[in-house]
Amino acid sequence: MSLVADFQPALSPMFRLQFEPAQEAWVLLYPEGMVRLSDTAAVVLRHCNGSDSVAQIIEALQREFPGADLEDDVRGFIADARQHGWVA
Amino acid sequence: MATPRPGPPLWLLAELTYRCPLHCVFCSNPVDYARHEAELDTGQWLDVLAQARAMGAVQLGLSGGEPLLRDDLEVIVEHAHRLGFYVNLITSGIGLTEARAKALKRAGLDHVQLSFQDSTRELNDFLSCSRTFELKSRVASIIKAQGFPMVLNCVMHRHNLPHVGRIIEMAEAMDAQYLELANTQYYGWAWINREALMPTADELAQAEDVVNRHRARLEGRMKILWVSPDVVEAKPKACMNGWGAVFMLVAPDGVALPCHSARMLPGLDAPSVKDFSLHDIWHRSHAFNAYRGDDWMSETCRSCDDKRQDFGGCRCQAFLFTGSAEATDPACRKSPHRAVVDAMLAHAPQARAASVQPLRFVPNAARQAGLLYRSDANSLALSPEPEAAC
Repeated sequence: MSLVADFQPALSPMFRLQFEPAQEAWVLLYPEGMVRLSDTAAVVLRHCNGSDSVAQIIEALQREFPGADLEDDVRGFIADARQHGWVA
Repeated sequence: MATPRPGPPLWLLAELTYRCPLHCVFCSNPVDYARHEAELDTGQWLDVLAQARAMGAVQLGLSGGEPLLRDDLEVIVEHAHRLGFYVNLITSGIGLTEARAKALKRAGLDHVQLSFQDSTRELNDFLSCSRTFELKSRVASIIKAQGFPMVLNCVMHRHNLPHVGRIIEMAEAMDAQYLELANTQYYGWAWINREALMPTADELAQAEDVVNRHRARLEGRMKILWVSPDVVEAKPKACMNGWGAVFMLVAPDGVALPCHSARMLPGLDAPSVKDFSLHDIWHRSHAFNAYRGDDWMSETCRSCDDKRQDFGGCRCQAFLFTGSAEATDPACRKSPHRAVVDAMLAHAPQARAASVQPLRFVPNAARQAGLLYRSDANSLALSPEPEAAC
């Protein structure tokens, strides 16, 4: 799925993102289920606030992790997250 | 595969009460539920939740019986929400008024799973021996109006498998996010009623075709969960993701169990939260350690590579079919008892012929069309009185 740069992803209302100390990981919670997120996935999802566009998210992440070429990975992850219904 | 130290019980199911206005013929409560009337009080439940959360539990199911019969449900939900649980209410919907739905929303309830028995009033009411279909339909709109994600759950068996298309359309019309088509698992009341409920492999295959067609059509709008029964697939399920691996159930009276039906396993000696901490129950009790790892397995299972995926299948099913909870799950092709399961499946068409009777709804009937309802009277009649301590 291609993503337009001005798409503003927000976490779907059915999902909740929270840090679980017992698992030392961020998790995504939904009806009777849980996805344990990788550190990178969690960082991207925490930026999906419904007001920042994909382009802005990439910019912000570039500032947080200077030197890394993130664009393709972030786009790919957000496209996957949209497919799973985690963001809309 | 030595017994590894288990991770936390991620999924806590709090069965708040065995009381229920419905009398479903496939109820997952133990057959002797009426012998366990005592219920933990509010303070005890709040303490159980706090202990579980401290261990790392993150999903909380509030079920029963009918959890809405507890008038402290809102207090329990609020506490669970504050602790950081994702809170799921698993309900028949009976008792979910608009005022209560609003209060539960305010308390922090995350999701409601509403059960239906069928897409038609006649069969829904017949299977649950109650007049609840229209009420449930109203409750579905109350749940949606409060903005809850809604999962519809329908237990499937030979009486409603032919309606699977209409059940899916009903869920779609109610704007459910997920539809769980849960093929009956034969424990407890469903075990007693297995002859009357068991579909043929053909009926299952036809229903699965219908499901797959709708799945493609509803892609991105509503998810449909359908799991083909292990007995038909001849493949053991990874029951509870492994015994004592991620799941803990606390029964209304405080007995902690590794699965919904383990209460009936002889010698399990399930511990109570009134006597032990959840930590001790999870890590140290005989009940939770009994079928962890592979020491308990038969040679058939211990030497099988699939044990890493299915953890040896289901202990309750092994016990019901073979009389031994340690036996190879008889759903498995490799089980020496597989013939018993095959005989039961082969018998399904005849069982149907024998019980072809008009499905009529008769209030308070204990038996209909070869089905035995879950009721206090039936529960007491089917379970021996516990021996008095001397």
